[in-house]
Amino acid sequence: MKIEPGGAIKEPGSSIAYKTGGWRTFKPVIDAEKCISCWICVGFCPDAAIEKTEKGKPPIIDYDYCKGCGICANECPKNAIEMIFEEK
Amino acid sequence: MMRIVKGNEAAAIAAKLAKPDVVAAYPITPSTDFPEKIAEYVANGELPHTQFIPVESEHSAMSACIGASAAGARACTATSSQGLELMHEMLFIASGMRLPIVLYNANRALSAPINIWCDHQDSISARDTGWIQFYGENNQEALDLMLMSFRIAEDPRVLLPAMTCIDAFICTHTFEPVDIPSQEEVDAFLPPYKPTHVKLDPDEPMTLGPFGVPEYYQEMRYAQHLAMKNAEKVIDEVFVDFERRFGRKYSKVSPYMIEDAEIILITLGSVSGTTKEFIDKMRKGGKKIGMVKLTVLRPFPSKELIPLIKNARVVATLERNISLGYGGAIYADLAGILINEEKRPLLIDFILGLGGRDITFNDLEEIVKACEKLIEGERIERPVWIGVKKELV
Repeated sequence: MKIEPGGAIKEPGSSIAYKTGGWRTFKPVIDAEKCISCWICVGFCPDAAIEKTEKGKPPIIDYDYCKGCGICANECPKNAIEMIFEEK
Repeated sequence: MMRIVKGNEAAAIAAKLAKPDVVAAYPITPSTDFPEKIAEYVANGELPHTQFIPVESEHSAMSACIGASAAGARACTATSSQGLELMHEMLFIASGMRLPIVLYNANRALSAPINIWCDHQDSISARDTGWIQFYGENNQEALDLMLMSFRIAEDPRVLLPAMTCIDAFICTHTFEPVDIPSQEEVDAFLPPYKPTHVKLDPDEPMTLGPFGVPEYYQEMRYAQHLAMKNAEKVIDEVFVDFERRFGRKYSKVSPYMIEDAEIILITLGSVSGTTKEFIDKMRKGGKKIGMVKLTVLRPFPSKELIPLIKNARVVATLERNISLGYGGAIYADLAGILINEEKRPLLIDFILGLGGRDITFNDLEEIVKACEKLIEGERIERPVWIGVKKELV
């Protein structure tokens, strides 16, 4: 997306273009074996970066926007989410 | 039409001819005549479409100009010294949001101690704010540079705010003959401001001044730098068009007697007149001295300046400012552009004329003597302070 002189934003919804995944230091990774599809992590994610799937399958984390805050891992009742140090 | 006016009035007349939509200003010595004159023009019905906002501080003056400019208005203000410092953080907002606000600054010393007289420290301290900076030598230049600064600032290739700096009292309060162009001539020279990049308009909403995260901030600063580079070209174009229409020639750097000059003095503002007279006198005594006056300080006229000064033996900057703990600000700029030149002169900075102290022929003679010592190979500790009563300190 081109930056206008002065940084004016002329199209609404531009935050989608800003991929905050680059902020991440630790990456949440779900263990499909342990996941019970309770969707607690989906509700707690402050960036709405975790999406429900179907019962019996783990949710999908959108790493374009996940900032790696770790709330999902903290809230997971089955400790099915591990925060892995991400080297870039 | 020729009229005898003060520097402040010359600038106010220029602003009036530019027909600003909004003037927001807070009076401060020595630029007070400017808001007074604008208020008078508005009250007399001479500026029927201008809103004059008598704000409660300079910070508010610049903020009101920013708001007005963001709404698509041609906005203008005036200040000096402490006022410019109080505006300081807003100066960055104006340039960052690419709002072509025009400011008239009467160059005055900064407190403490409180002092209302001529000194360049105020605008020199604002040289990194992303504003285009012009320095006028006399009242005619105050009017002309103010007029041109609207057109340069508003050029779609530039879109940066611009300040015209005029020496306190020496120009602001001195009456001089000034050729005042007609409204028709100015209207033909300066079209109305019609922005598209930034304009608060309910029919075409946009977000202004959003967060500039690390992924975008540097690009926005780079865009400002490119705009300054564009301004180099636009300033030249506008100077040429101005001369064609009004018959007065301007250039970013004005050389005087430099062809064979061994010593070149670099000046800003009103001291240029004194220096030219001094050079005439010294030339009669066979001394090869020249001068280059800087009319534009930002963007710094590197390209134009280097060929003019690189063949001199010594280039001396006359500094009505001091970067305490370093020396003259112009010296630093010059040193930076000369250091990579194969052939370059010796450079030295002279601090003088602070807080309204007159710069006299005696001072300039002392400067020439110091430059001659440098040519002879003597080492001189810089910056050199001229006319300081060291026994008092």
